[in-house]
Amino acid sequence: MTLTATPLPVTFDEAAFEAFLATRDEPAWVTERRQQAFSTLQDKFEVELDPEEWRRVNLRLLRPQEFSIRSAAGDAAGFDTNLQHAAEFGGRVIHSDGRTQAADLADELRSSGVVFGELNELVKSHRELVERHLFSAVSPETDRFSAWHAAFWTGGTALFVPRGLKVEQPLHSLIGLASAGAADLSHTLIVLEDGASAALLEETASATDEAGFHLGAVELILGQGANLRYVQLQNWNDKTFHIAHQTGRVAADAHLQWTVGGLGAKLAHIHQDVILDGRSSTAEVNGVTFAVGRQQLSYYTQQNHNAPDTRSDLLYKTVLRDRANVVWRGMIRVEKEATRTDGYQRCDSLMLSDHARSDSIPGLEIETDDVRCTHGATTGRVDAEQIFYCRSRGLTEFEAMHMIVEGFFHQIYDRIPVQAVRDVLGAAVEKKLGIG
Amino acid sequence: MSTLKIENLHVSVAGTLILKGVDLEINSGEIHALMGPNGSGKSTLAYALAGHPNYEVTEGSIELDGENVLEMEADERARHGLYLAFQYPVTIPGVKVADFLRHAVSNVRNPDRKEGTELISMREYRKELYEHLDALGVDRQFARRYLNEGFSGGEKKRMEIVQMAMLKPRFAILDETDSGLDTDAVNVVSEGVQRLSSANQMGVLIITHHERLLQYNIPSQTHVMLAGRIVETGDASLAHELHNLGYASVRERHPDAAAEEEARQKRETVASA
Ligand SMILES: Nc1ncnc2c1ncn2[C@@H]1O[C@H](COP(=O)(O)OP(=O)(O)OP(=O)(O)O)[C@@H](O)[C@H]1O
Ligand SMILES: [Mg+2]
Repeated sequence: MTLTATPLPVTFDEAAFEAFLATRDEPAWVTERRQQAFSTLQDKFEVELDPEEWRRVNLRLLRPQEFSIRSAAGDAAGFDTNLQHAAEFGGRVIHSDGRTQAADLADELRSSGVVFGELNELVKSHRELVERHLFSAVSPETDRFSAWHAAFWTGGTALFVPRGLKVEQPLHSLIGLASAGAADLSHTLIVLEDGASAALLEETASATDEAGFHLGAVELILGQGANLRYVQLQNWNDKTFHIAHQTGRVAADAHLQWTVGGLGAKLAHIHQDVILDGRSSTAEVNGVTFAVGRQQLSYYTQQNHNAPDTRSDLLYKTVLRDRANVVWRGMIRVEKEATRTDGYQRCDSLMLSDHARSDSIPGLEIETDDVRCTHGATTGRVDAEQIFYCRSRGLTEFEAMHMIVEGFFHQIYDRIPVQAVRDVLGAAVEKKLGIG
Repeated sequence: MSTLKIENLHVSVAGTLILKGVDLEINSGEIHALMGPNGSGKSTLAYALAGHPNYEVTEGSIELDGENVLEMEADERARHGLYLAFQYPVTIPGVKVADFLRHAVSNVRNPDRKEGTELISMREYRKELYEHLDALGVDRQFARRYLNEGFSGGEKKRMEIVQMAMLKPRFAILDETDSGLDTDAVNVVSEGVQRLSSANQMGVLIITHHERLLQYNIPSQTHVMLAGRIVETGDASLAHELHNLGYASVRERHPDAAAEEEARQKRETVASA
């Protein structure tokens, strides 16, 4: 598959779509939307992908015809999950191969009006909530991948928190792939009404070392004065493909803290948009990535300031080893009416080998005066003198490397208030380094 | 009683022979001074002892109580009780002094410790660290700062001695620990070194251009290095003499080494021109 026009992959063509619909027992409005999206998909496959976003993504590696949607879930027992046991969760949803395995929520949260569970169920039981918000942040029209996802989404995790309710305990979501060639098109939808607050820790994991394909979408919708902490820790095996459109929309005075961890995958591309719709809304975006071997991770981030007095702060930290390749293309967009915007974006890379490659391209598009926008990118390498210094104090080479990498990520860890996430990221980094 | 024994040590850096046959023997509790003009090879000896991978030993031996030090990686040497206080300590961003040193102490005190296994007890460790910070006049808040990041020259040097105090080596090499320190700091550090060498019977090799550190820690032997060789060894009075009179008389007494030194300096001037 390339940037240019191609036929639909056989596992996602018209016949496949009809067969897929036949397996779904869904309300008509859902089916209609899928059909609309499928026709968008057909159109989108006729047009080129935006080179600005996709030029640096080696899509030739992805052969979607080798992946298909499964009618039964693979065994979810073997997931290499880290988050699951790292904290006391108020509820959890677990998917395997695009099928729900478990969904539960603490009784007191349920009775206080929190809706948390599996999207396939909620389209039936909570139509009024889902219909209004589903695909309101991520548009199926964006490109072929958003349309593809909107036509074939397999399920997902949804969270609704009613007005003014503060959910103290974090919630957990696991997206798993278990069998060879399985496709997961799961959708994460979080809606916080005005003044609500919550934290959702989501992770992706593989049960085996077979190749899988995740084509996802994440929608985070914050009402006025809401406060959401959302973490997605991508931890697939190194044969899996991951493509996702992810958007957060933030109303006045609301605050979104969004952390992405990129550890696994053979090829990953995330289109991450933060849209500050309301006056004085704020967003903090943290990225931690560690790519080794021949992994290719790509992030296309946008911070859109649509209202006055908004603030966004994005910090990505990337570690690369072997022949890995990480691309970060960032953009801060400030609309005319968004005066007194404060926008910041930065990506730091640390190279552990000579053959790795990191491309960091910040960008600004500013339509108004009276703003403060800064951006930066640095690339450094682990210095042999630092390693020697550590070793002269009795640390092994691995421990020295570990110290230095942890030190590099420290700035991000300091920004993440959830201890479980720090612990899990720390443990994942250790594992990547070959210790622990 | 331990002995660090260096024989006929030849070391080259980036293909250039810098040390050309160094002999030196230090026993537990002994203090040795190593002096010599800039570029004579003092730090090269220090790095070679600590096991820096760029410093290649082409001939000769280093033994610690009969064990071959040259076969050990840098971290094994530390676990065997060798310590180098760096002339230019390295900065490690994002790594807190306390975390770094807790790992170091855990490894050095339990030489068989496996990576990722338990560290020494936090409570005892912290108590000990604070004691040494206090004794060396370093504010306790430095424990939470990132290693050497934004430290002044003098603060870095003091931190080297704090680390030494925690690691309690059998042999320490202090590479110009006294340079960059103000007068008060030299006194504090000198006392610190003195305490450690007498309490732990630590053997010390003090590389210095100054006298103060040696006034507190009177060397039983003073060695003078010139062009990669130890050309003279005397007692404490030799250090005093060199400090007052410089190296002119040493060069006169060793014309061959002085000629080599000059030739090397010429080559370097040509190379950098
Ligand atoms: N990494 C290196 N690469 C190239 N040359 C080196 C390197 N390290 C040391 N040298 C050279 O080796 C010689 C000895 O240097 P060394 O640092 O050991 O001197 P020193 O006696 O410690 O001097 P000073 O008193 O200035 O600290 C010098 O000519 C120096 O330029
Ligand atoms: Mg030196």
